[in-house]
Amino acid sequence: MQRAVLLLGANADMAESMARHFAQRGYQLLLASRNTEKLASLESDLKIRYDADVQVFRFDANDYPSHHAFYHSLPVKPDVVVVAFGVLGDTEMAMGDWNSSQEIISANFTGAVSIVNVVALDFQQRQAGTIVGISSVAGERGRQSNFIYGSAKAGFTAYLSGLRNRLTRHKVHVVTVKPGFVRTKMIADVPTPVLLTATPDQVAKRIDRAIQKRKNVIYVLPVWRYIMLVIKLIPEFIFKKLSL
Amino acid sequence: MVRAISNWGNYPVIQANEFSISSQEDIRQRLLDSSLIVRGNGRCYGDASLAPSIVSSVGLNRFLAWNPMDGILTCQSGVLLSEILEVFVPKGWFLPVTPGTKYITVGGAVASDVHGKNHHVDGSFSQHVIELELMTGQGELITCSRDTHPDIFWATCGGMGLTGAILAVTFRLKKIATSFIRYHHIKARNLYEILDLFDQYSSATYSVAWIDCLIKGENFGRSILMLGETASPEDLTENNERLRAGKEPFLNVPFNFPAFALNKLSIRAFNALYYGKNLTKESRKIVHYEPFFYPLDSILNWNRIYGSRGFVQYQFVLPEDSGRKGIEDILQRISKRGLGSFLAVLKQFGYQNDLISFPMKGYTLALDIPIVYGLFEFLNQLDEVVAGYGGRIYLSKDARMSSEIFWKTYKNAPKFQEVILRYDPELKFCSELSKRLKIKG
Ligand SMILES: Cc1cc2nc3c(=O)[nH]c(=O)nc-3n(C[C@H](O)[C@H](O)[C@H](O)COP(=O)(O)OP(=O)(O)OC[C@H]3O[C@@H](n4cnc5c(N)ncnc54)[C@H](O)[C@@H]3O)c2cc1C
Repeated sequence: MQRAVLLLGANADMAESMARHFAQRGYQLLLASRNTEKLASLESDLKIRYDADVQVFRFDANDYPSHHAFYHSLPVKPDVVVVAFGVLGDTEMAMGDWNSSQEIISANFTGAVSIVNVVALDFQQRQAGTIVGISSVAGERGRQSNFIYGSAKAGFTAYLSGLRNRLTRHKVHVVTVKPGFVRTKMIADVPTPVLLTATPDQVAKRIDRAIQKRKNVIYVLPVWRYIMLVIKLIPEFIFKKLSL
Repeated sequence: MVRAISNWGNYPVIQANEFSISSQEDIRQRLLDSSLIVRGNGRCYGDASLAPSIVSSVGLNRFLAWNPMDGILTCQSGVLLSEILEVFVPKGWFLPVTPGTKYITVGGAVASDVHGKNHHVDGSFSQHVIELELMTGQGELITCSRDTHPDIFWATCGGMGLTGAILAVTFRLKKIATSFIRYHHIKARNLYEILDLFDQYSSATYSVAWIDCLIKGENFGRSILMLGETASPEDLTENNERLRAGKEPFLNVPFNFPAFALNKLSIRAFNALYYGKNLTKESRKIVHYEPFFYPLDSILNWNRIYGSRGFVQYQFVLPEDSGRKGIEDILQRISKRGLGSFLAVLKQFGYQNDLISFPMKGYTLALDIPIVYGLFEFLNQLDEVVAGYGGRIYLSKDARMSSEIFWKTYKNAPKFQEVILRYDPELKFCSELSKRLKIKG
């Protein structure tokens, strides 16, 4: 039977690569995002390129009360759900403006918890399914440059870990993805070191493999595992003085 | 981030900021900051898509609409021709017109109004374009065609990005029964013979000739004419998959070669064909479209073979009436000078008379020349000769022509300039080329 994947936050570069990847592998695609207008061109593209079965839905991570109805009104129940939405935000601005802080926390943590709760209960009942959460290496240790984002991602990582623990005996699999640097369309504006930067296509391939091999926590480029290990080993009395 | 950037000829190299974008909104934002030029896949040879501020269109890579009944496709301007082939060849459709590389964007195909081996029967790319979506310097969206806003439509086809950013293109694909070509080549002993052959085979769908520029005497202008028709299913053997897209490149030129490597390479390629297995004057076979249309695409970054000084491609067209005499005259000057390219590509163009597009009925010759001391002085002299015969130089290949020559040879330049200034009075879309040729900016 054809498998279905639900991509939440489908306008993100990484999600677009995943959509292409899953389309080529014959999945039915349910693409959801706040901006469905932007999704329309992706929808037509996937249909023309891969003869894919694609549908587009409006989904707002911040609108918690809508999540239950959103999920249960989908035309099919997905086999794979990917949480790809998230907001980096501006830490400096967020410090002085609660609304921006809340937006960061909501898009990266509470909004994700709200929708994944709904999905998890369904998967638990069906005794099947895979949940993929795109978290971040920023959640492993708070740094002054992005700790509001980082702490929300830390929360999300902990949530996914607990969820995995809960759902394993229900045959539901949970993958936590920590991408590290990813080359986005905006690369020219913010240069990152080439060897540490994955392409969105690499992310998509790694995630697909993680789903098939039932991996639990993945870094897209293995080198990040060691980088984060080192970062976590730095004693706090030194770490607090670093400008990271 | 400012970095060194150049197009296919590696000349000129300028310091520029290149911004990636994924929506029209992104371009609108950039337009608020500064003037800019849109860059596709950087396969023009010179400075047409260079400016201090560049917006790269390759993120606009989506197919928007496809009608399999009439073969009409709408896609965003950053889609590569190679992607179109990959998706549509298996469905039985091909590009209506294709240049000698498939690694160009659809936006670039329109902005240069590119021509292919079928120009004499099917015209240039723009003849197959139905509609364009364009963003002007004021951030306004214009949908234009032959009927709506025809002035800006014609100024955009061949207009080198100076009318604005092409966002989407609607055009007609060509139905094919197979992805193979019935290939036929004929050797010509000299220039007169090849020019006659072009006339004799004017009904062939695809035609182009490789011409030896250096040989003197009675074999002056010896060439190989290459003709092609789309093969029919009956032409194929059972092993041929009827509709198959070409493969991706597997060879790469990883660094700049010393400059002398090139001439040896092209001499060898030509000789292999001329004296090689096909001792007979003519030969026919069935080949896949890939080696027929894109012989060089299987070697990624082959331009590095010219070394770090870069190269120019000198491509001009001469009108039909003076063409025979003119080609002979110019080839003689090149051969006497012994400069540069051993190999050149000669092609007969069909009728075309558009606002600013390069092709006109006559003959076009293109040669790659590594940049060496004294080259530009020599090319300046050739420009005068080309102008004297009523010809002109292809902007998409050019990196060095003077503005005087441009204004003298592109007869509609004043009208073109009037249209682009009307739609872009604040001069938001300017390139190094538009400044060099004193068109804009
Ligand atoms: C090996 C090789 C063989 C070639 N053979 C041929 C041939 O046979 N016939 C032929 O006609 N040409 C040929 N060319 C030239 C090439 O087809 C053109 O230069 C083409 O325009 C390159 O497209 P691009 O996407 O790389 O755009 P670029 O090279 O980046 O830009 C070319 C021009 O198009 C403009 N442009 C690009 N995208 C947009 C957009 N979205 N909106 C507005 N303006 C835009 C740029 O401003 C610039 O003026 C060849 C080039 C190579 C390298």
